[in-house]
Amino acid sequence: MSVAQENTVIMKKLLIFSVAMFGFGFALVPLYEKICEVAGVNNLLKADTLTENIQVDTSRWLTVELDANTRGLPWQFKPMQASVRIHPGEMVEVMYEVRNNSDREVAGQAIPSYSPQLLAQHLKKLECFCFTKQVLKPNEVRQMPVQFMIEPSLPSNVSVMTISYTFFELNSDSADTGGKAKPI
Amino acid sequence: MAAVHDDHAHGHGHGHEHGHDDHAHGPPKGMMRWLTTTNHKDIGTMYLWFSFSMFIVGGLMAFGIRAELFQPGMQLMTPEFFNSLTTNHGLIMVFGAIMPAFVGFANWQVPMMIGAPDMAFARMNNWSFWLLPPAALLLVSAFFVPGGAGAGGWTFYPPLSIQMGMGMDMMIFAVHILGASSIMGSINIITTILNMRAPGMTLMKMPLFVWTWLITAYLLVLVMPVLAGTVTMLLTDRHFGTNFFNAAGGGDPIMFQHIFWFFGHPEVYIMILPAFGIISEILPTFSRKPLFGYSSMVYATASIAILSCIVWAHHMFTVGMPVTAQLFFMYATMLIAVPTGVKVFNWTATMWQGSMSFETPMLFAIGFIFLFTIGGFSGVVCAVIPVDIQVQETYYVIAHFHYVLVSGSLFALFGGVYYWLPKWTGHMYDESLGKLHFWLSMVFFNVTFFVQHFLGLAGMPRRVPDYALQFADFNMISSIGAFGFGLSQLVFLTVVVKCICGGKKAEAKPWDGATTLEWDLPSPAPYHSWVTPPVVK
Repeated sequence: MSVAQENTVIMKKLLIFSVAMFGFGFALVPLYEKICEVAGVNNLLKADTLTENIQVDTSRWLTVELDANTRGLPWQFKPMQASVRIHPGEMVEVMYEVRNNSDREVAGQAIPSYSPQLLAQHLKKLECFCFTKQVLKPNEVRQMPVQFMIEPSLPSNVSVMTISYTFFELNSDSADTGGKAKPI
Repeated sequence: MAAVHDDHAHGHGHGHEHGHDDHAHGPPKGMMRWLTTTNHKDIGTMYLWFSFSMFIVGGLMAFGIRAELFQPGMQLMTPEFFNSLTTNHGLIMVFGAIMPAFVGFANWQVPMMIGAPDMAFARMNNWSFWLLPPAALLLVSAFFVPGGAGAGGWTFYPPLSIQMGMGMDMMIFAVHILGASSIMGSINIITTILNMRAPGMTLMKMPLFVWTWLITAYLLVLVMPVLAGTVTMLLTDRHFGTNFFNAAGGGDPIMFQHIFWFFGHPEVYIMILPAFGIISEILPTFSRKPLFGYSSMVYATASIAILSCIVWAHHMFTVGMPVTAQLFFMYATMLIAVPTGVKVFNWTATMWQGSMSFETPMLFAIGFIFLFTIGGFSGVVCAVIPVDIQVQETYYVIAHFHYVLVSGSLFALFGGVYYWLPKWTGHMYDESLGKLHFWLSMVFFNVTFFVQHFLGLAGMPRRVPDYALQFADFNMISSIGAFGFGLSQLVFLTVVVKCICGGKKAEAKPWDGATTLEWDLPSPAPYHSWVTPPVVK
């Protein structure tokens, strides 16, 4: 084989390798989700299951502040009470209310956020409106529950915490925010 | 490395396919020479001038940044424009200045150093260069579209990068083109090194510059396609309704950071490994001793490259990761200090008891070792998770990576230019101007960036156009240093232009300690070199 032919063989191998690495970039997406699932992080949108019997620690009070936000959709979204006082290990249910102020049907997805960050590891949610998308008809009002428990293993220096939800609009062009961006 | 060769360029058998149609005459004249050239030296020259002009463009952006930061308060520009400047300064310096400059060196030097007549794929070589100007044009013209140029940082982090205007799309396309160019360039370099070495030039006899480029090129074909994939996902998130990174649609912005830094960390080493190679050529020459620990240098380079692929998450210790993962990335990052340390000690040992002389290339090489090591140490500091949480997104990080990229990569590039200018132009450069350039760069670089360590430790955040009053003094010092550093580069331009236009005639081997093959060629290197391959003993 001449040098030029050998060169072409090497080039072909490297090209195939490059294309494979381009694919690998995309393969990282499911891989990332799998790793998060196995490692137990980022399962914000799934119900937790309680495997063991957890004792309520009545000697301790926790204040859970409830927060609600909307982002780019014509909804009014608020918790029915601003905060709840609970014991660790106690199962509680809180209600949120959402109202579609527009005269079109809008689908939204709530994304939770916790403060302090370590609350995420100790918060067990059995039911939440954030596990599925919410579709509201024009001017519909809906009350939605969140059922949760905070594990007694929560470090003792944490006594006040915040559970926050933000609704984002879900529709085919919601991802295309590029065109809507305005220079400030 | 002694070589037996025949530098009579025309008398040879027809063993080589490339450059076969024009080896009997010189280059065509005028513009067409540069547009159509397939000659590795012409293409190398174009790469180097392109990267120098991008260095000026990126440098002007740095001027803008430092002018705004000269005093607290908003003086010269809107915050959005400031953000565009920081974003594009980073992007242009990384993809427009440093990387093409090293590819330019590879084009000039790799064939001459391994005894090959040209690059393996001469036509593709031309194409990979001519992809660069359109990409640069896209980046620069993004400043003039509605909404301005991309302003979310050179790292394209969502959600900002999925919200911005069309400037961001231009940035994405520019990265696609630059990536394609890099991949083609790397394929060319790998093939040339693997398959076109002169008889007797075994892998372990290759000059270290060639070794570092071989490993760098492999890193490029490994991670550049991943970057292309990442920005493609951004593009489809922006315009085609996918939700890879869009939290509203169930995507994950943190995942972007993981994928981006899977590219981004090896990229850091892509920009420094060829610099290691250049330094490893300069030091033995001016110490008049063989490089200390050649094979350990090769293994250290390979180890750095492999380790660089498993440390990416140290860029994102604060995003929320399991502690086990953080510890893994912390220890892996610290481990890189071991092969890097091997290199620094080998360089020091090369100089030890050598018959040293201090021409400009050697000054830059020593400056490199001194300052790069400072940058390496601040890197180890940043690798420690609790410290990193403190200094994340502060000027400490800015100081760290400018110590490795400016006084690392850029100083090595300057050193390399001075070292090989006599071979490229056939003239000696002006030694006293060269030394002036070195000392000005050395002083102003430290004035600019050393104080940024203090700013960072005191908590000044990066990418913000205004700052609290207590940071005012150090910022003013830093800005003065930056203006000085920028202006010093005009000295460099003067030296290079003077050297091209004339000067003392350079001998074939102007440095008496040099040993690699390119010094066996006459100066300036003939348009077609090693048409008959040398035999390396």
